[in-house]
Order: sequence, then structure tokens, then C-alpha cells
Amino acid sequence: MGSREVSWELLQFGVAGLKNGAIYALVALGFTIVYASTNVINFAQGEFYMLGGMFATFVFAHLGLPLGLAAVAAVVATAATAVVFELLAVRPRVGGDPMTIIIVTVGGSVLLRSLARHAFGSDELALPAFSQGGSIMVGGAAIDRQTLWVWGIAALAVAALWVLYTRTRLGRAMRATAVDGEAARLVGIDTRLLVTVSFGLAAVLGAVAGLVVTPLTQTAYDVGAAIGLKGFAAAILGGLGNPVAAVVGGIVLGLLESLSVAFISSTYKDAIALAVLLLVLFLRPSGLLGRTRREKV
Amino acid sequence: MLEVAGLCAGYGHVRVLEDVSLSVGEGECVTVIGANGSGKSTLLKTLGGLLRPSAGRVALEGADVTGTPAEKLVRRGVALVPEGRRLFGPMSVAENLALGAYSRGKASTAEDLERVHTLFPVLAERASQPAATLSGGEQQMLAIGRALMSRPRLLLLDEPSLGLAPKVIASIFAVLEELRAAGLTILLVEQDARLALRHADRGYVMRTGRVVLSGRAAELAANDDVRLIYLGGGYGRDTAG
Ligand SMILES: Nc1ncnc2c1ncn2[C@@H]1O[C@H](COP(=O)(O)OP(=O)(O)OP(=O)(O)O)[C@@H](O)[C@H]1O
Ligand SMILES: [Mg+2]
Repeated sequence: MGSREVSWELLQFGVAGLKNGAIYALVALGFTIVYASTNVINFAQGEFYMLGGMFATFVFAHLGLPLGLAAVAAVVATAATAVVFELLAVRPRVGGDPMTIIIVTVGGSVLLRSLARHAFGSDELALPAFSQGGSIMVGGAAIDRQTLWVWGIAALAVAALWVLYTRTRLGRAMRATAVDGEAARLVGIDTRLLVTVSFGLAAVLGAVAGLVVTPLTQTAYDVGAAIGLKGFAAAILGGLGNPVAAVVGGIVLGLLESLSVAFISSTYKDAIALAVLLLVLFLRPSGLLGRTRREKV
Repeated sequence: MLEVAGLCAGYGHVRVLEDVSLSVGEGECVTVIGANGSGKSTLLKTLGGLLRPSAGRVALEGADVTGTPAEKLVRRGVALVPEGRRLFGPMSVAENLALGAYSRGKASTAEDLERVHTLFPVLAERASQPAATLSGGEQQMLAIGRALMSRPRLLLLDEPSLGLAPKVIASIFAVLEELRAAGLTILLVEQDARLALRHADRGYVMRTGRVVLSGRAAELAANDDVRLIYLGGGYGRDTAG
């Protein structure tokens, strides 16, 4: 094997890593957004990803809507599910013991998964690719068209989130609440409402991720747990609570996985996230980009 | 302006405030003094809507506001400058002030910002600096400025002098006097009883969650118990400085 081929092969792994990394970044953002408003890890985040794909396949196959509309409907339905879940199960416990809320999200994740199984069945479901045509060749590496969609949509979601955070009143309120929830209430921010909003936003990001990869991976009622672990690992890797860090963490995790497949064996790919999670928690709990947890000003 | 009757409040099952009653008249400056842990901050947090009282009644300008949460109270003209300032540290001075006006929605805040900048010119100079990088005195000014941005009629202040140099304290209290002269009603919590009684019209003394003494500021300052315990003086000896 020539060195040229080796480097094309590496690029191919890089493409795969960046594709998964973009997905992990979206899921990690979901974790981070809910964490910022509640200081709690939402263990149902992976189910939002699952619901995005499942709703999309259902609307597309059974209601016969065009793919684009099915995608929008899936995102809206997932967000609505998340908001209802927050209002019914999380809101009554906001302000209490964070552990109770964490357990509620674990329960919510189990519940959403079994509801999805009843509603959509236990088969793997598929969506067609968003655009037709073969892979695009970059030298010796092939990039699937759907991968371009993954990148494009992930970039769009991140850009939209950035505008929200830095340019809008709501975003400023979300940032203030992340710094100090009580001080936020004192200036008139309804922090309970922000918790609901953050679940909705996290669901939008999860659903977008779930439906844009479905043409590549297919989906099923039980895909949430694995992606939840990876998104969580990515969020922790970057440093919880910081949106930029979530994106960096996602991409780094995707690339690490790809490198492990390239240099070790694909057997260990799924263990990487767990290893990263444990390592970061032991060595640098504040994450790659995180400062040590700030004291109250 | 503010009428508090039989107020009880605490944290979880720990009761801190026991049957606290007090009143603050329109345009008055009233102080609450007391030793560490006597419940002063708990009282202000309850009046500011961060804690729900377990009993009692709070009336604001005659309307019952018992249990009204902070985010609604600020819209009714009550602003709390909390103990420890609680600024949005990573955000700029300008953003902190803008957030202070959050409760006023999209209303124009240019006038209020100018007023705060006139009161505390240093905040204009530091507009783009993260709040956490300000000095202690500047942070306290920003905390007060942030509260003023909501256009309060009642300002609740929790230990504005804490940890500050005498010169800085003097300049902050000069601003508070100015605000009073402009008609703002102030409820001031202080550990520095001497300072507080010098600026207030009336005062309440708290001990272990109860009001144990109240009266005109000058009377309290002359009271032997108050002098002994809170002003560091002895019985019968003149220690006023
Ligand atoms: N968040 C809390 N949870 C439980 N107990 C608290 C909490 N905050 C205060 N306390 C308790 O309530 C009592 C009154 O505290 P508070 O802060 O109101 O006193 P303070 O008069 O403001 O004291 P200081 O002058 O030191 O600020 C204390 O015994 C304190 O331990
Ligand atoms: Mg206190």
C-alpha cells in the first residue's frame, strides 16, 4: 500500500469522524442547554434524537408528506413532546433536589422509548437520502451526499443557536440564568419558563440530529441510549454548560472514534465514548475548554 | 409603601424568620440591623420574592403581594440588591445593566442608563469589561445600578458596605442619599449598625429571626443595648465617633 493511499484512507476516516462528530455535537448541545438552565443532566436527551428519526420516518412513510415537510413535522413533534414532558414531569420539581430531576429524566427516557416502541414498532426504519446521486470523490476519499447534509444542517443549527445566544433578549436571559438563576429572577427573568424553553431547544437539536442521520444509519425505538451516552461524553469532554465546548467536544469525540477504528479496531469504537467520559471525569472534570467551576461573583 | 405582618420564612424545614412585622413608609429609609445569622438576608430574600413565606402577610402600596415570586415583584417596583452582589460575572457591565432592565421588556432604557452612568461614572468607563473583573466597590455600584435599571420604587439593599474601603462606602452611601432625595424608598440591611443608623430614618434590630427592638434611628443609636451589642460601645460611655 502506497503512502498516498494511506493518506486517502485516513481522510476517509476523518470524513466519517467529522460526520459522527457533527451529530454528537448537536446532541451534546442539547445536554448543555438543559444543564445551563437546570444544573441537571437530562438523560432523556438521547430519546429526542430517536424521536426525530422515528417521527420523520412515520410522517414520510405513513402520511406521505414530502421529505422536507416530514422533517419539519418531526422536529416540531419532538419539541412538543419534550415541552409536555418538561411541564408534566420536570417543572413540579424545579428548585428542589437536582437528583430528583435527574431520576425523572431517566424515567422519562425509559417511558419515551417504550411509547415509541408501541407507536412505531420495533423494526428498523429508514428514510431516503435527502438528495440523490453518488458519493462525491475528494481525491481517493468518497463523501456521501447525506454526509454533506449532516454537516450543512449541523452548521446551520449551530449558527442559529449562536445568533439566539448573542443577539436576542431570550438568549441573553438564558446566559444570565446559566450564571446565576436567583440573580436572573431578581431582574425579572422567568427561569421556570426558560427550563421549558431549554427542553424544547434541546429536543429540536436532538431531533435534527436524529433525522438527518437516519438515511445513513436507519433508526429504531432503542437508538437513544447509545447516542445519549456519546452526546453526554462529548458535552463532558468539552466542559458542561458551554455551547462552544459542546461542539468542540462532539467533533473531537467523533474524530477519536474514527482514529481508533483506523489504528486499533472497530471493536472498540463504541467504548471510546465511555473511556473518554471516565478519563475526563477523573483527570479534568471541567472539560477541555472549561474553567474550574466558577465561584459566585 | 411596605407593610409586613407576622412574617415567617426559612429554608426547607429550617425556620429562620419568626413573626417579623415591620413597615416602610413612602420615601423613607429604614434599616434592619443585627448580628451575623440573625436572619437579615433571609428577610430581604423573602421580601424580594426569592423565598416564599410560610406565614404572614406582605403588602406593597396596599396590595397583598405575599408569596409573589421575584420575577413578578420586580415588575411591581421592588428591586433587591442581594448580599454578595450576585452579578452576571462573565457578562459585560453593559450587559448586566441591560439585564437590569429585563423586566421592562422592549421599553427604551437609554434614559435609565444615562442616569446610572451619572450616578456611577465608572460604570460607563467599564462598560465593555466583564463584571467579574471589576473591583469590589465597582461591583457593588454595578449591583445597585442593575437594580435601578428596573425603575424600582422600593429598593432592598443587603449589606452594600460589605468588604469595602471606607472611602468607597462613603461614595456609595452618598449615591443612596441622592436616590432618597429623589423619592426612592429604601430598606437597608447592614451589619455596620453605626453606618446604617446614620443614614436611616428608622431602624429595626433583629436577633435569631425576630425583631427585638425598633425605633427612630437616633433613638436606636442612643439605646444602651444597641450601643453595647451592635455599636461596640459600653453602657453609659460615650463612644460615638
Ligand atoms: N440557604 C440556606 N439554607 C439553610 N439555612 C440558611 C441558608 N441561608 C441562611 N441560612 C440560615 O439562616 C439563618 C439566618 O441567615 P441570614 O443569612 O438570613 O443571616 P444574616 O442576618 O443575613 O447574617 P449575615 O449578617 O452574616 O449576612 C442562619 O442561621 C443561617 O445559617
Ligand atoms: Mg446576610
